[in-house]
Amino acid sequence: MLRLPEFNYIRAKSLKQAGRLLADLGPEAMAVAGGTDVYPKMKRGQFTPRHLVSLRFLSELRGIRPGTKDGMWIGAGETLTAVSQNPAVNKLFPALAHAAGSVSTPQLRNVGTIGGNVFVDTRCNYYDQTFFWRQAAGFCMKKDGDICLVAPKSKMCLAVFSSDTAPVLVSLGAVATFSGPNGLRRVLFDECYRDDGINFLTKQSNEVLQGISIPRPAFGQRNVYLKLRRRGSFDFPVLGVAAAMQFNPKGVCLSSKIVLTAVASAPVVVDEAAHLLEGKTVTRDAIEAAAEAAAKVSHPVDNADLDYWYRKRMTKVYVKRALAELAGIQLELEKGAVKPRQI
Amino acid sequence: MPKRKKSSKTDAAQKGWAKRLLRLKVNGEIKEVATETSKTLLEVLREDLNLTGTKHGCELGECGTCTVLINGDAVLSCLVLGVESEDAEIVTVEGLMRDSQPHPLQRAFADLGATQCGYCIPGILLTAKVLLDKNPHPTRDEVREALSGNLCRCTGYTKILEAVELAARGEEGQ
Amino acid sequence: MRKKAFSVIGKPLRKVDAMAKCTGDTRYADDIELPRMLYAKLLRSPYPHARIRSIHTERAAQLEGVSAVITGKDLPEKFGIMPSTQDEEALAVEKVRYVGDPVAAVAASSEALAEQALTLIDVDYEILKPVLSIEEALASKEESERIHSWNRRANIQKAVSFEFGDVVVGFARADEIFEDTFFFQGNTHLPMEQYCAMAQYGPQDKLTLWSSTQTPHYLHRALSKVLGLPMSRIRVIATPVGGGFGGKSDPFSHEICVAKLAMITGRPVKITLTREESFYVHRGRHPVKMWVKTGVKKDGTLQAMHFRSFLDGGGYSSYGLATVYYTGALQTVTYKLPAYKFEGVRLFTNKPPCGPKRGHGTPQPRFALEVQLDKIAEKLGIDPIDLRLKQLVDPNSITVNGLRISTTGLRECIEKVAARADWKKKFHQLPYGRGIGFAASSYISGAGLPIYRNEMPHSGVQIRLDRGGGITVFCGSIDIGQGSDSILAYAVAEEFGIDPADIRVVTADTDLTPVDLGSYSSRVTVMTGNAAIQACGKLKEILLPVAGEALELPVDDLEMAEGQLRSRSYPKRAISFAECVEKAEGKFGTLGATGSYSPPKHPANFKGSGVGPTPSYSYTTSIVELSCDPETADIKLHKIWIAHDCGRAFNPLLVEGQVEGSVYMALGEVLMEEQVFRKSGLHKYPSILEYKSPTTLETPPIETILVETDDPEGPFGAKEAGQGPLLPVIPAVANALYDAIGVRIDEIPITPDKILRALEGRLKSVSVPWFDFPPPIKWQPGDGVGVQQKS
Repeated sequence: MLRLPEFNYIRAKSLKQAGRLLADLGPEAMAVAGGTDVYPKMKRGQFTPRHLVSLRFLSELRGIRPGTKDGMWIGAGETLTAVSQNPAVNKLFPALAHAAGSVSTPQLRNVGTIGGNVFVDTRCNYYDQTFFWRQAAGFCMKKDGDICLVAPKSKMCLAVFSSDTAPVLVSLGAVATFSGPNGLRRVLFDECYRDDGINFLTKQSNEVLQGISIPRPAFGQRNVYLKLRRRGSFDFPVLGVAAAMQFNPKGVCLSSKIVLTAVASAPVVVDEAAHLLEGKTVTRDAIEAAAEAAAKVSHPVDNADLDYWYRKRMTKVYVKRALAELAGIQLELEKGAVKPRQI
Repeated sequence: MPKRKKSSKTDAAQKGWAKRLLRLKVNGEIKEVATETSKTLLEVLREDLNLTGTKHGCELGECGTCTVLINGDAVLSCLVLGVESEDAEIVTVEGLMRDSQPHPLQRAFADLGATQCGYCIPGILLTAKVLLDKNPHPTRDEVREALSGNLCRCTGYTKILEAVELAARGEEGQ
Repeated sequence: MRKKAFSVIGKPLRKVDAMAKCTGDTRYADDIELPRMLYAKLLRSPYPHARIRSIHTERAAQLEGVSAVITGKDLPEKFGIMPSTQDEEALAVEKVRYVGDPVAAVAASSEALAEQALTLIDVDYEILKPVLSIEEALASKEESERIHSWNRRANIQKAVSFEFGDVVVGFARADEIFEDTFFFQGNTHLPMEQYCAMAQYGPQDKLTLWSSTQTPHYLHRALSKVLGLPMSRIRVIATPVGGGFGGKSDPFSHEICVAKLAMITGRPVKITLTREESFYVHRGRHPVKMWVKTGVKKDGTLQAMHFRSFLDGGGYSSYGLATVYYTGALQTVTYKLPAYKFEGVRLFTNKPPCGPKRGHGTPQPRFALEVQLDKIAEKLGIDPIDLRLKQLVDPNSITVNGLRISTTGLRECIEKVAARADWKKKFHQLPYGRGIGFAASSYISGAGLPIYRNEMPHSGVQIRLDRGGGITVFCGSIDIGQGSDSILAYAVAEEFGIDPADIRVVTADTDLTPVDLGSYSSRVTVMTGNAAIQACGKLKEILLPVAGEALELPVDDLEMAEGQLRSRSYPKRAISFAECVEKAEGKFGTLGATGSYSPPKHPANFKGSGVGPTPSYSYTTSIVELSCDPETADIKLHKIWIAHDCGRAFNPLLVEGQVEGSVYMALGEVLMEEQVFRKSGLHKYPSILEYKSPTTLETPPIETILVETDDPEGPFGAKEAGQGPLLPVIPAVANALYDAIGVRIDEIPITPDKILRALEGRLKSVSVPWFDFPPPIKWQPGDGVGVQQKS
């Protein structure tokens, strides 16, 4: 049986205390909420905390409130099941409901939290392995080593950002509320990430995500999330496309935001694609051009499931399909090869 | 110097990873057990409480075999600590029987040959129980979705899906 | 006269262990705990190929809580499942041959401590160049590249070559000749239960080993050999197996190590492998490259076939000797083939050893054969089903390679599956992106020969009758989920006319049960069923006269039914089974009988003819309907129809379960499952998350059609059901994909990237290496011993 190493388990009594404990205990401490990412990684020796500060039972992290003055508030400790099944989330942000409901499996979503998913550790086939395997492979820079095994010449870790919900939140202009030693801090999700497989988060290690606000302007936006993966459950995205668009009554695109996940170490906002659509009536050609632009910035590498050449190819197709869905356009299947000769 | 204000628990644990007395409510019975904090609920159930009906297939949350119920939700016992399961209602496969009568799902699975090697079945039965508790007459697709986190390598799921439906219809044998 | 109406056989009864498996009562190996038990862990090699210069275990042994540490020196005797390729060591002695090869074992008071002790063992390795592919193995020249030293040519484990009939003449008669190459990637069994074994030694110098094994008898022999203990001092208990599929059929390092550790410490020792370790133990599907040349007449009739297979065997032989033969043996049992040449070679590579997985060595050639037939049908303008119907093998015939066909339900399987799937209306008629494909296959109902040569029965059953009318059936067979325990109960209940619920079945315990060779080669129903019927027959000879005497009726007029022995003509004149047993015991003393079964002798006796013969062949056909999105290459399976000739369904629920499970496993293999390795020789992703096993969402509706042919060799007419149904599904998917979007993928698994490349004309065809095969053994029906081969 694969087991957890020994550690101190400290059940935080409040968010404030959690922040203080994390600050006091320093790098040897780690926050845990649902544990669905932390515990497997501890079993494999990827995370080696001496102290776990549990946020699991904090009521301050609970609650989904659709009508606050800042928009919709989602407590970071809400489970992915709760988010995916919440009626208001489903009505206003079907993309978020779908993304949350597509994470792993029903069982995992019953425990895994939205806060855990937006900041889920970056993934890599060379990193998400047991200690034995990583030792046999020669350790990589993300844990215990100093080179990148995917691309040995890379100075940066290329682990893949693999959150389903984060790209949706970025596309909706959502804001993260952190609780830290200096009180609360509000940051656009857009600014929460950086393209570095190791230091992929801009937040401080003693800051705890309290909740997520999706601002009122996003309430009228159409939104969608499409996910590529091998199976209909269990699997992380190997490509995800989140898109949100605002239309005027005449069908002109007023604003659009397209965000890719699992193609880099952070969510990738495809501004060029958005610019091609804004101020225009969305046509098949415009979608095609936007999808082309998105594919240019998608750089999957050989460290996740499915062939990376294929994943790059799929960026264009998935962006196209996401945009067509938002614009209500029926895409025709490409006329490919013809059927084998009739008998 | 930062203030080093440690909780007493931290100190206690640092003296050698002390065991902790857990008070768990499993299948309606209160169980007290002294065990390591680092033990998952899976390990506590199997190794400390001898409830070996709960199986394990990966211990990483990747197969669904170790599914148990906590407060009526299906969860992976390999990814929940024993200490996190206190003050909760835990149900394992051993708790499915009522008054020594098998649960309708157990009868339906036996009736239709839905168990082959049987190793994934405890987790599947519990997952299916939650489904039927919340949605007594699910469609085939709803059953598929609900069981999409439980791998079975023997059956091709066909008889499992049929058995859940049979139990939902209340047509299983004794 | 053969019985045609049954009271138990053919009924959808519960399995005898069904409820125990639903309540959590079934005790699998890891559920067992004994007082004073220790926990073992294995130290595994991080290198694919290395020489062990030294191992220092002192620091580990000194760790408090560690009871014993052993290395290869403690278990130097080699073993292996096949008698002629004993090349495995419980712990590597001089060399490690794949990443994960065990080098040392520790027993400690907890699993965590055992794990910690492993980090204190120092192994000094001299790293050798790893050999990681078929091509590299064939090209091995240097002594340092040689993985084993016992085989004649570096990294060639076994090369075989046969010619049946006259292939030159056959090809000369052909109007068209087709040549294709195929590749079938390796994959693994992935049973949900990880490997687990526990051993106890003493107090009477006897060893008991519990293990999740499919072959307790072969394990018994291997333990005796390696530990140097007589078999009489060893008891092997196979615990209910939580999924096997062939993966638990070898004697394994972890089983031998816990036995040794128990002997050293005098305490029970348990080992449970992690999921990652289970990927290293492997013994799964061989990666196979294939080249097929087939000559046909314009009307599609086969004239000759030349088949070559190259098997990537991994670091040890395992069942490989049999596997290489199996890649060539069963090409002849579905369609008439007048001339056939087969050449096969199994190579050693520095990867976990491959072995038997459901279908053992035959899914790969069946894929090649059935896809090539689809190509032939298209080229000749013949419906692929019609092409096959023209040339089905005849019942009661002998194939060109000397295999005896008894019954065949292939025609009925084809007709039924085609009708249910509405083949004629759909084939070539569905819109672009949607397609339908067909394939057929056949499999053995048990290997004709045991693994080690002997004259003893393959299966033994002992029945004990109780005074109260209770019956206990003892048999060495092991239930791996297929329902072999239930089969014994059904057979005995049918014979005695009683309720299977009144029967106790005791299985898979070498102290208690007569030998059955194990749950492999789809042999169990046919062989244990026949042995059980024979034992019942002996008891009937005792019971019927006793009842006749009591009822004052001639034995001819008696039948056993509904828990009674009664008159056929006056059913009210009856005596209960229990009463009859009591009277019989009074008259004859304690009641018991044994039965045994050996398969019939096969007609051919050339060297290598032992692989392929069987009491009977099962037949299966499958039709797959799917859609493929031409932009994403995403495949959606709409439905699978599958017809299986099972001879007789002992219990239709169990047969359907085997068919549905086989379809599932085939779908995993054809679409996503791969056991693949990095250039360093390291398994690419030994985890359930990244080794893609289909979920409920990928598994389509499966419609199973059972065809019964009442085979004379089978118990109540039964044949196998556990493996054959996997075979046609894989090529049927490939053929359906071609019907949907017009591209052929001759490589398994068929992944979206390959489909997209093929759509763009960029998918390379499979390259097959050159190899100088030995001169063929020539044989044709009617021949005696063939030319002896020197390899």
